[in-house]
Amino acid sequence: MEYKDYYKIMGLKRDASQDEIKRAHRKLARRYHPDVSKEPNAEAKFKEAGEAYEVLKDPEKRAAYDRLGDNLKAGQEFHPPPNWDSGFEFRGGGFTEADLGGFSDFFAELFGQRGHGAQAAYSTQFNARGQDHHAKVTVDLEAAFHEATRSISLQSPELDARGQMRLTTRTLNVKIPKGIKEGQQIRLAGQGSPGTGQGVKGDLYLEIHFSSHPLYRAEGRDLHMQLPVAPWEAALGATVKAPTPDGAVDLKIPAGSNSGNKLRLKGRGIPGKPAGDIYVTLSVVTPPANSEQAKAIYKEMASKLAFNPRSGMGV
Amino acid sequence: MSKQTILTGIIVEESTEFTLGELSRACGKPAEWILALVEEGVLEPVGEDQTHWQFRGHCLRRVRIVQRLESDLGLNLAGAALALELLEEVETLRNRIAALER
Repeated sequence: MEYKDYYKIMGLKRDASQDEIKRAHRKLARRYHPDVSKEPNAEAKFKEAGEAYEVLKDPEKRAAYDRLGDNLKAGQEFHPPPNWDSGFEFRGGGFTEADLGGFSDFFAELFGQRGHGAQAAYSTQFNARGQDHHAKVTVDLEAAFHEATRSISLQSPELDARGQMRLTTRTLNVKIPKGIKEGQQIRLAGQGSPGTGQGVKGDLYLEIHFSSHPLYRAEGRDLHMQLPVAPWEAALGATVKAPTPDGAVDLKIPAGSNSGNKLRLKGRGIPGKPAGDIYVTLSVVTPPANSEQAKAIYKEMASKLAFNPRSGMGV
Repeated sequence: MSKQTILTGIIVEESTEFTLGELSRACGKPAEWILALVEEGVLEPVGEDQTHWQFRGHCLRRVRIVQRLESDLGLNLAGAALALELLEEVETLRNRIAALER
């Protein structure tokens, strides 16, 4: 288990006041909130800041944490000394306000044992039926085209027989509905929490996100892509192969095309009613002048074509 | 549950409508809280009165975002509603930038 420097995570000195800690957490939470930030590791940073705040905001936990010593470095291999927390009284259930599922092993080792009864705070007013669960999952774009089945691992904190919190992982094989769009949710009936008494199980909602694709960028049902073309294909017009998630198609490039021109492959985007389109942006690529022959052709073009690409700039 | 089972779900945004009670259960919040969101103009149910209200499927995502902003950042409903609208605008702009940059 690695030692975590909660002060460093929050950008604070070890003698920071409680007010400073609160302000630092507010700032980090706003900056890295997964709904707000588009930074790739925003969710991890948001959880890390939440975990740090959970400890530092509570004078009891903070004092216990501080006693672990200043000479430990973040990432260093760490085992809490026996009875490290003796002499500290922890009121209540520890992290009842927070989501244990997102916290590190380091946190669980130090404070986790005190989580008994934490779930009790979550009883809902609909006590007959099981709770609905929510999770975000990332799938490849192709799944939206082919009604693909994807295996999805979900972690959730659960109370074991001794009343301790434990992270359990379950794997579900889920058929991704054809035509799903980025950000849409799938409801899986009966995959939420068990009901109490006669109550039926709750549902599981999966929010679908596409992993970034080397070729396509999805926007609703439409896809956007760049297609490299040779100068003669753009200038003279040509029929070229273009990839789509459903396989290659023939695309007609009109004569006199140029970099940045957009063509539309109607109905080739994500399936649905109506299906999306694929917008192809042309990008003219020049062949390398790496042979005498290639150089000769370029030189001939230079001498025979009166072409100044900068004429519009007045030079 | 066996690993071989293949689960089939439905796309909430397209084939689901929620009643007040169903939406409230799906996000685990009391109906009063949903009513406040309607009051704030975040959700626009179809139907005559509360008992016949139908919420379109895409409402769930908006409700979840407001819920997270409220509990994670301590925003009040009006603030979360404003943030939600700005976030949607930012997303549109980000998409446009991404399209221009490629």
